[in-house]
Amino acid sequence: MKFVEGSEIRDTRAPEGPIEERWEKRKFAAKLVNPANKRKLNVIVVGTGLAGGSAAATLGELGYNVKSFCYQDSPRRAHSIAAQGGINAAKNYRGDGDSIYRLFYDTVKGGDFRARESNVYRLAQVSVNIIDQAVAQGVPFAREYGGLLDTRSFGGAQVSRTFYARGQTGQQLLLGAYQALERQVAAGTVQMFTRHEMLDLIVADGRARGIIVRDMVTGEIERHVADAVVLATGGYGNVFFLSTNAKGCNTTAIWRAHERGAYFANPCYTQIHPTCIPVSGEYQSKLTLMSESLRNDGRVWVPLRKGDDRAPGDIPEDERDYYLERIYPAFGNLVPRDIASRAAKNVCDEGRGVGPGGLGVYLDFRDAINRLGRDAVEKKYGNLFEMYERITGENPYDVPMRIYPAVHYTMGGLWVDYDLQSTIPGLFVIGEANFSDHGANRLGASALMQGLADGYFVLPTTIGDYLAAGPFGEVDEEAVAEAELKVRSRIERLLAVNGTRTPDSFHRELGRLMWDHCGMERTEESLRKALERIPELRKEFWENVKVSGTAEELNQVLEKAGRVADFFDLAELMCLDALVRTESCGGHFRAESQDADGEALRDDEHFAHVSAWEYSPEGVPVLHKEPLEYEYVKMTQRSYK
Amino acid sequence: MNLTLKVWRQSGPTDAGRMVTYKVEDVSPDMSFLEMLDVLNERLIVEGDDPVAFDHDCREGICGMCGMVINGVAHGEQRATTTCQLHMRHFEDGATITIEPWRAAPFPVVKDLVVDRSAFDRIIQAGGFVSVPAGSAPDAHSVPVRKEDADSAFDAATCIGCGACVAACPNGSASLFTAAKITHLSLLPQGQPERLTRAKAMVDQMDAEGFGGCTNTGECTAVCPKGIPLDTIARMNSDYLQANKK
Repeated sequence: MKFVEGSEIRDTRAPEGPIEERWEKRKFAAKLVNPANKRKLNVIVVGTGLAGGSAAATLGELGYNVKSFCYQDSPRRAHSIAAQGGINAAKNYRGDGDSIYRLFYDTVKGGDFRARESNVYRLAQVSVNIIDQAVAQGVPFAREYGGLLDTRSFGGAQVSRTFYARGQTGQQLLLGAYQALERQVAAGTVQMFTRHEMLDLIVADGRARGIIVRDMVTGEIERHVADAVVLATGGYGNVFFLSTNAKGCNTTAIWRAHERGAYFANPCYTQIHPTCIPVSGEYQSKLTLMSESLRNDGRVWVPLRKGDDRAPGDIPEDERDYYLERIYPAFGNLVPRDIASRAAKNVCDEGRGVGPGGLGVYLDFRDAINRLGRDAVEKKYGNLFEMYERITGENPYDVPMRIYPAVHYTMGGLWVDYDLQSTIPGLFVIGEANFSDHGANRLGASALMQGLADGYFVLPTTIGDYLAAGPFGEVDEEAVAEAELKVRSRIERLLAVNGTRTPDSFHRELGRLMWDHCGMERTEESLRKALERIPELRKEFWENVKVSGTAEELNQVLEKAGRVADFFDLAELMCLDALVRTESCGGHFRAESQDADGEALRDDEHFAHVSAWEYSPEGVPVLHKEPLEYEYVKMTQRSYK
Repeated sequence: MNLTLKVWRQSGPTDAGRMVTYKVEDVSPDMSFLEMLDVLNERLIVEGDDPVAFDHDCREGICGMCGMVINGVAHGEQRATTTCQLHMRHFEDGATITIEPWRAAPFPVVKDLVVDRSAFDRIIQAGGFVSVPAGSAPDAHSVPVRKEDADSAFDAATCIGCGACVAACPNGSASLFTAAKITHLSLLPQGQPERLTRAKAMVDQMDAEGFGGCTNTGECTAVCPKGIPLDTIARMNSDYLQANKK
């Protein structure tokens, strides 16, 4: 795939001056909209997860006229709900030396020096307000006997700053945002559209002015116009077919916006989570994460000998390889996500993996049970053990768990400036859908923080600055009609193919291809192979996909086909981005760029930049580089040995 | 495993609907129930038939989107388990399985196994929240909360809004769903100012949606994938009575 290099991105609209004053400055400089005018300004928010739900609720509270869209039957179902671990905040309630600066520092370092300092500092600043807001809403965080909030520590940090609600932090925070949103629905400031899927962005006179959606129950194609559009449609991990994302998660909204001119930044940055339940067969439809906290007491191992198919209990101690403890004696089983994932892949590639297909490693609690007693282990991990047994039918108290890495989060997304505005004026992108804060690797418990920071605090301020110039008047009818026609003809095209393969069978094949060639480890050869194969598969899709039913009804096959079609195009850009970035950084591991010990080797001289891709209808994307400068955190190579 | 499925098929709200029998072969015991339906649907699509429509999303038991009545029990016989977390190893080879949608007047069928649960959203709209606009919150530690209260509030707050309680109740009551939210917020200091108005508004909305009353049958809590306790309903009734006395 060819590409050309375009102009550099120099201005991200971040204010100048000391980093701790920048957000204050921006807030003060932002134009205000007087309350009477807010009612006349229409904002569309797509997606109702932590970012979209909190944004729609807050914009409604401020008095804007909001339309909120989601593909699920209720806004409460968005996949933020599945987040288990917790949410970081620099409260320093423990007095253990935490601070805004430390959270900022950990995030920049954890992101392997590929995130913007200004954005990350603001995220750390705002993190403290999120906890206050959530508690006031009645989010039942874990508490101590004194009645104060409990915290725990999480990967990549040496302080205890993670607030949690058992293993369901995402659920509780999302329900808080959902309830705030429904309160605004009742107040009449937000109009809710469930079971509606965005299929295109309306751009008129250089501004984002609305969306084309499909009512998923009636099949009706609807136009919705507004003064600004906010995309909060999550990540694109489902390009791999198997991931920890919900089945419905997709890239369509951001991809269509990309086709309309929004740059796509760092598409190759994907996070692979090391502790997921392995694939059990060809029919597998999704992967389930097991909380990272299990690595606190579980020991990871595989048989020393290749092809050793004895039951784990029959393998004597001296024939086991506790490979994380062996390779990383300082951190042992607690190395960061990317490192643990890659080590698992390596031992499986050597033929020492366990379980079906040899794609798994043991996570063994035998020693913990002997040391602490079964009761203590049950108290700590009981619900997780139960979940594991429900899915696998195996009891982890008797037999070691089998785990394997799985796609979990995408750090890449639509490019946004400091105001979270994309390269299309009036199009704002928040939460996982944008690329902004995590660099090349996201730390645990930071996704919830970013989603809510964007939705409750950042966007409501910055979008006001844009809307102050509005309302922007009538939307050019031609632009609306053109977008609608594009959506209709695409649906007709999908239905007309009438081939022999289901959308899912294509999706599975694409996912496998991406996992093998653009997954945990990427090489020039694997990426070139993928870039050759993806267009062939896409061609076959458009010639041989079978979409049953009609467009004028609830049609889940049609929904799926549209999403898979966009995944093909995204997959191609991901591979191109991965090919061009010849360094290893965070979740992006290029086998050609490693040190003598096999660790990821960054190339700051050539790659300390964001890669923002501009869409080209001719198939020759334009690469715009945004240079990254580190004034506060000194760039170093990570080491966990 | 080889199975016979009897599945409720209904093309839309105006269609009368009927049970249709399908054979599914080579089912692995490690499949989830929904993966078994995926296999059936893949076949139906290729054969040019309409696949069975069903709601699902996270497939890890937390989003609350999936739900079907399996052999007469909401989410199937496995306790404390959503449909997506139910696995085929709990069924016998050669078994016949009936699959139906949630059945309750306030949950009209949209298509096949998909129902409209928007009534739940409207119950939340009536008062299932604390009125606190973003940015107006005091420091999180300004109000300590007893650990026991926080834990009990959490137990009620784990409701996933799937609607199994309504489907299982002989009265089609949404009491467990409504009570879970009322209990969650009424146990916390943050929920006190609106405690009584909330209970009244939510219960009234539940009635207005056409859900039945509670007669303490307890089917709801038996099928609840999150084990929401029945005594939440007592708390709801208590708050509701107090609200009506004023």
